[in-house]
Amino acid sequence: MTIRGTAFIAGAFEHPDRKIPGKSIAQVHAEVALGALADAGLSVADVDAYFCAGDAPGFGPISMADYLGLKRLRFADSTETGGSSYVAHVGHAAGAIATGKCRVALITLAGLPRSQPVPRPSASALAPEAGFEQPFGPTTVSMYALAARRHMHEYGTTSAQLAAIKVAASQHAQHNPNAMLPRAVSAEEVLESPMISDPLHRLDCCVISDGGGALVVVAPEVAAALPRTAVQVLGHGESPKVSAGGPIDLTYTGAVWSGPRAFEEARVTPADVDYASIYDSFTITVLQTIEDLGFCAKGKGGAFVADGSLLAPNGRLPFNTDGGGLCNNHPVNRGGMTKVIEAVRQLRGEAHPAVQVPDCEIAVAHGNGGSLGTRSAAATLILGREDA
Amino acid sequence: MTRPRPSRPALPAQSLPAPPPAVNPETKPFWDATAEGRLLLKRCLDCGSVIWYPRAICPQCASLRTEWFEAAGRGCIYSYTVNHRGEGAYQGSPPFVLAYVELAEGPRVMTNIVGAQESDLDVGLPVELVFHDTGDGAALPRFQAVVPRGDTVPPGTARDPDGGSPGDPH
Repeated sequence: MTIRGTAFIAGAFEHPDRKIPGKSIAQVHAEVALGALADAGLSVADVDAYFCAGDAPGFGPISMADYLGLKRLRFADSTETGGSSYVAHVGHAAGAIATGKCRVALITLAGLPRSQPVPRPSASALAPEAGFEQPFGPTTVSMYALAARRHMHEYGTTSAQLAAIKVAASQHAQHNPNAMLPRAVSAEEVLESPMISDPLHRLDCCVISDGGGALVVVAPEVAAALPRTAVQVLGHGESPKVSAGGPIDLTYTGAVWSGPRAFEEARVTPADVDYASIYDSFTITVLQTIEDLGFCAKGKGGAFVADGSLLAPNGRLPFNTDGGGLCNNHPVNRGGMTKVIEAVRQLRGEAHPAVQVPDCEIAVAHGNGGSLGTRSAAATLILGREDA
Repeated sequence: MTRPRPSRPALPAQSLPAPPPAVNPETKPFWDATAEGRLLLKRCLDCGSVIWYPRAICPQCASLRTEWFEAAGRGCIYSYTVNHRGEGAYQGSPPFVLAYVELAEGPRVMTNIVGAQESDLDVGLPVELVFHDTGDGAALPRFQAVVPRGDTVPPGTARDPDGGSPGDPH
């Protein structure tokens, strides 16, 4: 059994704001939910499945379905794998639609880390690993820095190569009027920005933004009846990466497993991909992920990104054409939702004309959750143009 | 448990914070031992795996038969970072070193490197255990660069514990 062709993304909406004072988190979930449903040409009354993750306030889908007035639900899912959750949710929604459990699935993400900062969830004292990590002062940036250092040691990756990733994202962001960092930056500016946790500089890091986004995943007969262009769900894969008591290896991500599963289901290869939304919490996240998804050989990511491969519209692998988490938006410190949204824009031909990939037929949206420095989860989605 | 080796009394943490760890019944023996200057690891009695972080189940073979044993307290840096932006207990701290150290017994453990100049740090650098008292009945296992004591290196404590570089990829 496969989800290939059994579900379509009919609606997508990214909250336009990056700082949202004076609103509640639930309220922003409602705004993005209504935005995505309006984009699809549907209403709250059509929704029969709802998906949310750890950013949703209260008791997951129970609180949120009540708040949003989702009265017809027959399916709910609160898979929580950090920033990759929303990429996984699309796959789960497609599976539920394929097996007849639902027809119209709503996925929401929203939060206010700028206006209302909250602690990192993994810092909970109840986490089984807490005693063996938290006392040593790990921060999100420093754990990715550990991964970057080890990748540099094993493969000769350089800070200048990592900087090229930010440069490409910023080239794209200058066309996005909502981007939090809309100015194109040079590699020198990245390397001269303050060191946060060696070897990662401030400009190796994503932005911290309020906001959110939502998606509507529907059955083929629902998509066919809607006026708006939809996007096909072709394949999905996911995998937590754990060290399971053995020596941790910081040089690769769970994409080594989630990628092949997704490509196999979609019956395409990395060479078929026209556009890629790659999770970009930090520059090193992008570098490891493009290697792990098979866009270049392991250890060759530095050379791949340094020669302009990531630049839209004509690079070998145009990526994150909205500016990504590095420049545009990383709502609630969770970038998976916006990765799917920009892939949908590309496949609809609705990205900014300066970065729209010509004849974009196959796109990847990849999310990572947790930390590359400890334990993480990867989710890969292969999407196709409606007529692909 | 194997016979205890000479303990390493906890040093004051100097400028680095030493926040108390979260302790639960499963991990209490580990932290009690740190207060005595001993670093314990778990070994699976069925498959022989050395388990990190310590837990009741062997994540390699799902056995619940595990035992504590004492680590030698030596290893090499697997990766490190100088963190300029501490958070929580480390907020406002001077830059400090977060690292993974690969122990001679195999596990790669999150820790801090202390007493080193930034220019001395390197992947593969041999390090040895020190304890920093948290003031709460436990001590944090941290590491410092191996410093030869006296004229000779005692047998069994060579700088390169496995005759290779544990920091290298497997």
